[in-house]
Amino acid sequence: MLVTILFYSFAAVLIGAALGVILSRNPVHSVLFLVLCFFNAAVLWLLIEAEFLALVLVLVYVGAVMVLFLFVVMMLDINIEKLREGFARNAPLGVLIALIVIVELYYVLWVRRLGIEVTGGTAPLPENYSNTAQIGAVLYTEYVYPFQLAAIVLLIAIIAAIALTMRKRPGQKVQDVAHQVSVRAKDRVRIVKMATEREP
Amino acid sequence: MEKFVTTWNAIPPDLQSLIIVTMQIVAVMLTVIIAVALLTLAERKVIGYMQLRLGPNRVTFLNLRLLRGWAQPFADVVKLLLKEIIIPSASSRLLFLLAPLIVLVPALAAWAVMPFAPEFVLADVNAGLLYVLALTSLGVYGVILAGWASNSKYAFLGAMRSAAQMVAYEIAMGFALVGVLMAAGSLNLGDIVRAQQGGVASWNWFWLFPLFIVYFVSGLAETNRAPFDVAEGESEIVAGFHVEYSGATFATLFALPEYANMILVSALCSVFFFGGWLSPLQGYVPDDWFVAQPGFFWLFLKICFFLFVFLWVRATFPRYRYDQIMRLGWKVLIPVTLVWIGVESVLAWLHVGPWAN
Repeated sequence: MLVTILFYSFAAVLIGAALGVILSRNPVHSVLFLVLCFFNAAVLWLLIEAEFLALVLVLVYVGAVMVLFLFVVMMLDINIEKLREGFARNAPLGVLIALIVIVELYYVLWVRRLGIEVTGGTAPLPENYSNTAQIGAVLYTEYVYPFQLAAIVLLIAIIAAIALTMRKRPGQKVQDVAHQVSVRAKDRVRIVKMATEREP
Repeated sequence: MEKFVTTWNAIPPDLQSLIIVTMQIVAVMLTVIIAVALLTLAERKVIGYMQLRLGPNRVTFLNLRLLRGWAQPFADVVKLLLKEIIIPSASSRLLFLLAPLIVLVPALAAWAVMPFAPEFVLADVNAGLLYVLALTSLGVYGVILAGWASNSKYAFLGAMRSAAQMVAYEIAMGFALVGVLMAAGSLNLGDIVRAQQGGVASWNWFWLFPLFIVYFVSGLAETNRAPFDVAEGESEIVAGFHVEYSGATFATLFALPEYANMILVSALCSVFFFGGWLSPLQGYVPDDWFVAQPGFFWLFLKICFFLFVFLWVRATFPRYRYDQIMRLGWKVLIPVTLVWIGVESVLAWLHVGPWAN
């Protein structure tokens, strides 16, 4: 009973926040609504006792990815009016994509679950059941190749991001740390010996 | 008393546990807040003596002559609460007032999984370590929002610096904790403490010494303490992200969470690397001696020690330059943790040291 009440209240906040993402005028507010979305999704996962996934969602998406997102959105100078110009032109495409998404959701939620009790929740897990250990055991045995492939894709993305920003470009200012450390006083200050000048 | 017991038994058991848990939460939070107040005094006193000054020595209460100045933090609280809250007219009003709360809530909520004593922890969750990491990574939102909502250049610069710094040091901190959970084989903070049974030499700090240093340095950086306090560098950007805040909002945005986070990092340091509530003399003196017993007392001593180190560091080191902070985080601390995780896995594989069984 309590779980049901919690589920519906968090789900309601989740849907409200998702609407806020696409409806708010200020992009910074949109990002913050998205953070709220992730948070509520994490709580929904906690309700089905998937605490590892829930905490990793908060840790990775809320704690790192969205911070950088917020960072970028705050720095950008977005012209909202210009973005809204092509609305009528792009509307048919948007409607088409929305219809496809709705059909897919219908398929997943209705056709594939036909006859299966989906609103009853999952059976409570036994005491001392650690789904962190379970995920680890499956990830490093059965799904080890997909897991490694995903890791390589991420590594390539990291290298690509570094390669894109580390190129030489005009007007770039970088510190050469070795150079800074190896500086001696005589490189910076020149002591000139000269005869004392006489009072005029 | 008799009447109290009968009324208590008349309450349904669910409500009973709700009342008990609420009272425990209130007790922990009040302790943390009072500790914060006393820590601000300790900071001023310790740094004062290190710099051959006296620190606060006027405000007193109850005429305690020897402890002159001990009521200073309470006088400060009254002062801050009575001051006017100024909201900049060009600010984003709602976010401006929300930001202090977003900083404060994770700083207090992370205490839920802290094992204070062998049998006292508010929430004994399985993934306690992840919970702590997740919550400490949330505080940065408050700082960024404070900087952005103030609509001030200095505040915004401070927020940007703070965000970049926190994201960088969180990775080093996470990697250091990977070593801890490899040593303990569990994400539960209580189990991490229990895995370090047996006196001062079997605590994690000995085999994970580089990770301990990395964790403590990242803790300094995460709490925006000196020498990593460029986010509020007075000499460059006035006061950084909290430049537009005043009165009670300043107290909740800056003072309370910063000091609560310091205490939290000290407590986590003791739990992860210094055996939490375990006694350092365990195994060195007969087991039935009082000093060999585990208890909150030991955790308290360890927390006090790390807090003193926090203050000591602040009184000793000059502030880092911004690019040096980034270099230290990405190019020194993260490689050190990666190397030591490798060393640790080889040690565990060869059954050396604590992994002998």
